[in-house]
Amino acid sequence: MKTDIETVDMHLLEDKARSLRIEILKMLTEAGSGHTGGSLSAADIVTALYFYKMRYNPKDPKWRERDRFILSKGHAAPVLYAALALSGYFDKQLLKTLRKLGSPLQGHPCSRKLSGIEISTGSLGQGLSVANGIAMGLKIDGSSSRVYCLLGDGEIQEGQVWEAAMTAAHYRLDNLCAIIDNNGLQIDGHCCDVMHIEPIVNKWEAFGWHVIDINGHDMKAIVDALNKAETVKERPTMIVARTIKGKGVSFFEGKVEYHGLAPTHEELEMALKELAK
Amino acid sequence: MGERVQKTEQDVQSAGKKPVATRDAYGEALIELGRKRNNLVVLDADLSGSTKTGKFAKSFPERFFNLGVSEQDLIGTASGLSLTGKLPFASTFAVFETGRAWEQIRQTVCYPNLNVKLVATHSGITVGEDGASHQAIEDVALMRVLPNMTVIVPADGNETRQVIHTIADYYGPVYVRLGRAKVPPVMPDDYEFRIGKAYTFYIGKDANIVAMGIMVAKALEAAKLLKDDGIDTGVINMSTVKPLDTDTLLKAARKCGLLFTAEEHSIIGGLGSAVCEFLSEEHPARVIRIGIKDDFGCSGKSEELLKLYGLTTENIVKTVQEALRQ
Repeated sequence: MKTDIETVDMHLLEDKARSLRIEILKMLTEAGSGHTGGSLSAADIVTALYFYKMRYNPKDPKWRERDRFILSKGHAAPVLYAALALSGYFDKQLLKTLRKLGSPLQGHPCSRKLSGIEISTGSLGQGLSVANGIAMGLKIDGSSSRVYCLLGDGEIQEGQVWEAAMTAAHYRLDNLCAIIDNNGLQIDGHCCDVMHIEPIVNKWEAFGWHVIDINGHDMKAIVDALNKAETVKERPTMIVARTIKGKGVSFFEGKVEYHGLAPTHEELEMALKELAK
Repeated sequence: MGERVQKTEQDVQSAGKKPVATRDAYGEALIELGRKRNNLVVLDADLSGSTKTGKFAKSFPERFFNLGVSEQDLIGTASGLSLTGKLPFASTFAVFETGRAWEQIRQTVCYPNLNVKLVATHSGITVGEDGASHQAIEDVALMRVLPNMTVIVPADGNETRQVIHTIADYYGPVYVRLGRAKVPPVMPDDYEFRIGKAYTFYIGKDANIVAMGIMVAKALEAAKLLKDDGIDTGVINMSTVKPLDTDTLLKAARKCGLLFTAEEHSIIGGLGSAVCEFLSEEHPARVIRIGIKDDFGCSGKSEELLKLYGLTTENIVKTVQEALRQ
């Protein structure tokens, strides 16, 4: 899936992100529960990873040379499921089974039930440690594969994230690129009211990371940042992606209540109309 | 189990049956294993001197990762390494490994069923002077409750060495509980450890003691004293607490309906509980649990603490005698 930056058609990627959002909304409505806001805010980032940057083979999910993606904010499972379906890991029809009994599409990603998932997540704060371990293992092997890890902004309130932040810098994991989906909201409200997380950039810089601060809905900015991260040596890179929770659907945007609410059928209809424009 | 390993064990055995701490046997076994397996990686959380992983670190620095004082990150990192085909052994003190990082073990080791080996030292009250904060007496309970987890508590250096080699050949999460203090060798020279297989020293007609870890040696001494007293007492080393060797338990329970469990652990959730859970459903028998009775440890010399909490040969003898008198 690697492409030269010059030949990247941003419009194609933006269309793909729109498709991801449509699938996210449809599967959540069908499921009747799940995390809408944080799936939509991460849609552009995940699109850039799966349809521009990452190396993988859906026909051989365990391909040794693949790049790895860890969704540390596991509640955004719908965005990952949409990306896996649209890139050919499984049939799109399966998305309708999200959160239902017997489905491999668990409420939070489960690596034992669905291929394409590197590790089960859902309990916040743990993905970065796992990503570090993978990056260390790849370095031992002399592999050129890279590791990507997507965190939520509320998630960085977990202490383990900062343990892992130290580890990645200490072991100079330059094959690791983490991304924070900084949508500014968490279940109980605005991050700044629940537990201050700013200044995010300074914090990660102080922990020894190369930090890139971008608009997480600007496809070119995301693509540029992912490319830049690959050139940084001796340090892990953190992309702080400033996003809007519920992005793409006007009546979900910035609404804290849609952290853990699925759209109703009426809302879905209106949302699909907006996205069709 | 390779022939070379067997030989080494016999060498150790014939070298004079000296008491050895299970953590020391672990340190040695890791080096043997490191030579044999290129994919072995070892992780520690700033206690490599105490857990004895420091020896491996010296021999194989490129395959050793110190995570600093961060047990949660230790577990996640080990999981990540296993995802690249490495065989991670992650060590720290039992209370921190199983307590501080319990949910990390649940989420990133057991739920995805990864090949991560958790080998914790300084279990139980024999940690001694450091006191209750450092004495894990709940760790077996915490690990036993997790699906996919295997729980092993070796009784001596010989068994520890074999356990470490055996679990390297087994796929899946394993928790191994080791101690700080030296323990006398108890397992016979020709003993071969197998996961899920208890070792029966003897099955008694009057009473049987099912023990783990350091309590195996004490149970054996107690059985000897009880025999002198005319009480035919058997001893079983239940070194795999999960999966429990239910066949061996049934054999003992069928021979005699009075069993004792002996563990340097809380009587809640550990070996005693495991034995009771099984027998109460399959072959009801009287089971008396010898262990720490819903209490924390405290500072003191390890021998003093064992006495204070009733983890002695004398107390086992007394408990068996009293039960038979009732």
